[in-house]
Amino acid sequence: MKTFAAFVRKEFKHIFRDRKTLIILFGMPIVMVIMFGFAIRTEISNSRIAILDHAKDAHSQKLKNKISASEYFNVVTELNSEEEIGEIFKRGDVKLVLVFPQDFGKGLVNENHSPIQIIADASDPNTANILSSYLQATFQSYVNEELNLQAPNLNITTRMMYNPENKSVYMFVPGVMTIILMLVSALMTSITVAKEKEIGTMEILLVSPLKPFVIILGKIIPYLVLALIIASTILLLGLYVFNMPMNGSYYLLFAEIFLFVLCALVLGLLISTVANSQQTAMLISMMALMLPSILLSGFIFPISSMPLPLQVISNAIPAKWFIIIIKNIMLKGTGLEAIMFETGVLVFITVLLTLIAIKKFKIRLE
Amino acid sequence: MNGEKVIEVKNLSKHFGQFKAVDDISFDVKKGEVFGFLGANGAGKTTAIKMLTGIWSSSSGQATVAGFDINRNRNKLKENIGYMSQKFSLYEDLTFKENVRFYGGIYGLSNKEISQKTDEMIAHLELDNIKNTLISEIPLGWKQKIAFSVAVIHRPKIVFLDEPTSGVDPITRRQFWDLIYETAESGITVFVTTHYMDEAEYCDRISMMVQGRIEALGSLDELLEKHDARNMDEVFVKLAR
Repeated sequence: MKTFAAFVRKEFKHIFRDRKTLIILFGMPIVMVIMFGFAIRTEISNSRIAILDHAKDAHSQKLKNKISASEYFNVVTELNSEEEIGEIFKRGDVKLVLVFPQDFGKGLVNENHSPIQIIADASDPNTANILSSYLQATFQSYVNEELNLQAPNLNITTRMMYNPENKSVYMFVPGVMTIILMLVSALMTSITVAKEKEIGTMEILLVSPLKPFVIILGKIIPYLVLALIIASTILLLGLYVFNMPMNGSYYLLFAEIFLFVLCALVLGLLISTVANSQQTAMLISMMALMLPSILLSGFIFPISSMPLPLQVISNAIPAKWFIIIIKNIMLKGTGLEAIMFETGVLVFITVLLTLIAIKKFKIRLE
Repeated sequence: MNGEKVIEVKNLSKHFGQFKAVDDISFDVKKGEVFGFLGANGAGKTTAIKMLTGIWSSSSGQATVAGFDINRNRNKLKENIGYMSQKFSLYEDLTFKENVRFYGGIYGLSNKEISQKTDEMIAHLELDNIKNTLISEIPLGWKQKIAFSVAVIHRPKIVFLDEPTSGVDPITRRQFWDLIYETAESGITVFVTTHYMDEAEYCDRISMMVQGRIEALGSLDELLEKHDARNMDEVFVKLAR
């Protein structure tokens, strides 16, 4: 126990003496959360659009007013001919053009049916999709209001559960927390072990009476503490700066964070058994952990729309399960019973990795 | 030298697949001896040391170090040896005192013992001005003497030095050997590998490894006579060829 304490104390000294790294460790999560929170948004507001009105009747005018009045769209200009559509897109002035046909109002009143055309700049497919569906919704609600007697009696109301305003922060806070925890835990442990190998102190530790188990634990604990502090920082930012809801139990949330960090730390150790220098450790952590954690976790890109092989691979990414877990706890307020399966998978991955890491460590000793 | 054996090696081998890194070596080292363990690069010295310090297990043969079997009693063995590699093995981002605290700590020394040792080392190595300086800012020669003192902080029975003087100037090497002699006189056996043949001549006994085998073993005079050489350089060249 005393030897263990000496070891952990030394690890903390390494961490606190390296001011630059420490600043990066704590600065990066804050900067990342704020950047993601403010800069990247999937909801839209004041998007620049243009209108080409062939009809120029009462209905088209009313609809135009409705669109201009909404906070989603900003009608920059009215076009006069089809030719101008191509030009305005090329200049990049607007993302979308709405075209009213010649007999828009007549068709709407007489035949209960009148097409409008939405032309979107799909060089940015996400924005194009979102804009066109917002516009369709606006159109639909106009038709319902004006012609509700004649309109088909099918009325669809969509309710966005757990995130009624479709806020992207709800997605980014869990995502950023996952990525940062993975980075801090895996990257930092793999680097610190690789560093000991590089400067030769690892040999001394192996010759010393310290058991490999104690060395591993001594390496893990300081970073576990660090990762939990960072997780709390991100959580506080999410709750108080971005008004992220927290509907579940804090105990459960922190227990799951603990589990995920442990999993990432063991991954870091595993990397360090292969990497002999800090640079290799860093490269492997970045390539083998960071990229899949960002791309295959469902953080940014929905897993369900990936090709099957990638969907299968995504199951092995701890980040995927962790994101599902935090979203469940924070947004839906679910208890452990609802996320039993995801937690089980994380436990399984962690145990498996620990066994491999211990085995690898032993092979080094044989 | 009272003849008590602190290292006994019998027919020790280490194989990696077909390759015999250490091939059937046998030797003894007596208490308080300065034992030179020589060989060209890749001759198997490092592998042998890794087995004797309990890091690697052996493929066949037997060895006891400080009275403990290298395969069966590793923990006890590790408590009774010290080790210093050519990399000096001190933490550059810690101060002298913190390094001593750490190494004393992992060998289970009490706080009192650690501060006592620290004071002794400060007095002995004249470290008063740099005791709270980061190791990275201390000159190489000093670092190396500190590393050596740290390696014997727990008064081991044997200390293994793996090319401790590579890359150091001749004066510092000389001072370093003074430390080695002092240590040996105090009863700690010194097991040292080196590239410098003049240093080999400082050892009580010398062994020469060539391709995993011990080709020569004895005191300097014995080796010179046997191989009809004027100095260790010549012995080395004759054997290693």
